[in-house]
Amino acid sequence: MSDAVDLWTYLAQEPLLWLTLTLVAYLAADWGAGKVGHPLANPVLIAVILIGAVLLLTGTDYQRYFEGAQFVHFMLGPATVALAFPLHENLGRLKRTALPMLAALFAGSVTAIGTAVAVAWALGVRGQTLLSIAPKSATAPVALGVSEQIGGLPSLTAVLVIITGIVGAVIATPLLNALGVRDWRARGFAVGVAAHGIGTAHAFRINSTAGAFSGIGMGLNALLTAILAPLLISLFV
Amino acid sequence: MIRAVAILLVFQLGGEVAARGLGLPVPGPVIGLAAMFAALTLRPALRPMLEETATTILRHLSLLFVPAGVGVIAHLDTFGRQGPALVAALTVSTAASIVAGVYVFRAVARLTGADDE
Repeated sequence: MSDAVDLWTYLAQEPLLWLTLTLVAYLAADWGAGKVGHPLANPVLIAVILIGAVLLLTGTDYQRYFEGAQFVHFMLGPATVALAFPLHENLGRLKRTALPMLAALFAGSVTAIGTAVAVAWALGVRGQTLLSIAPKSATAPVALGVSEQIGGLPSLTAVLVIITGIVGAVIATPLLNALGVRDWRARGFAVGVAAHGIGTAHAFRINSTAGAFSGIGMGLNALLTAILAPLLISLFV
Repeated sequence: MIRAVAILLVFQLGGEVAARGLGLPVPGPVIGLAAMFAALTLRPALRPMLEETATTILRHLSLLFVPAGVGVIAHLDTFGRQGPALVAALTVSTAASIVAGVYVFRAVARLTGADDE
């Protein structure tokens, strides 16, 4: 018995266990989401629930888990650089759609920041929590920097960013089908602006053109949110 | 594969140096993305060297968000009190942003003749 406790104490302190859990939970979630096929069966959502349950049941705190999971988290940087590939592949179509993209970027970004803060405020959210929600449509590394800059809580913003992405991935296909929009460029781009990398990951699963345009939407909104969120917040607060 | 990862990291590192060094409000990896895009345009020979690794990483982009998402367990008290309000705000805002984006894109595409569908 005490051997098992010793072994657990050892493993729980090492990155190996938490890194392995992250990859295995994701593979299981990805496989399960593929089987179910329902929009709510999002691999990020399922993996977060699985891992969160293990951490709560074993009394492991997030910092300890992150010591292992940081190796996966780190890959967000190179993945952002890798988005240059689908962009470059679609260069010809990009040139033709520069104006629609810029207009949609501005509309989507202002709507995302404005409605998030307005709805949260109307529902009684105040203070640092309210500020933390403003940059939630931008990709994680940008949103955290903006949150800190405007006086929010970066670690709360990280969670709001992930929930936004999951919500976007879950609602995108039914919402856009209901609107009757069949232009993969418009669909992908709007999802990338609203729901960053998780929306982009979803778009790549559906259609490669949508994925490429989603990646552009995400990249451009990272830039615009960094400029707009502090401006809009100064009007609100 | 190692060479491809090294090249991606070099571009990210360059972006990080530029962002910090010049005090830009844009994160390093986004500058790395722009630089990588410019490099691919100037030297198409780079493409086959990196393509397989880049495609593999992007196919599993969802995985990379899992560690940050698990961070919700560190904010359970905030979500206990304000969870429904926050989730409602995020849902309304995300849907509104997608609708605004997609309609403006279609409208401007029609106006500018960029309608290839």
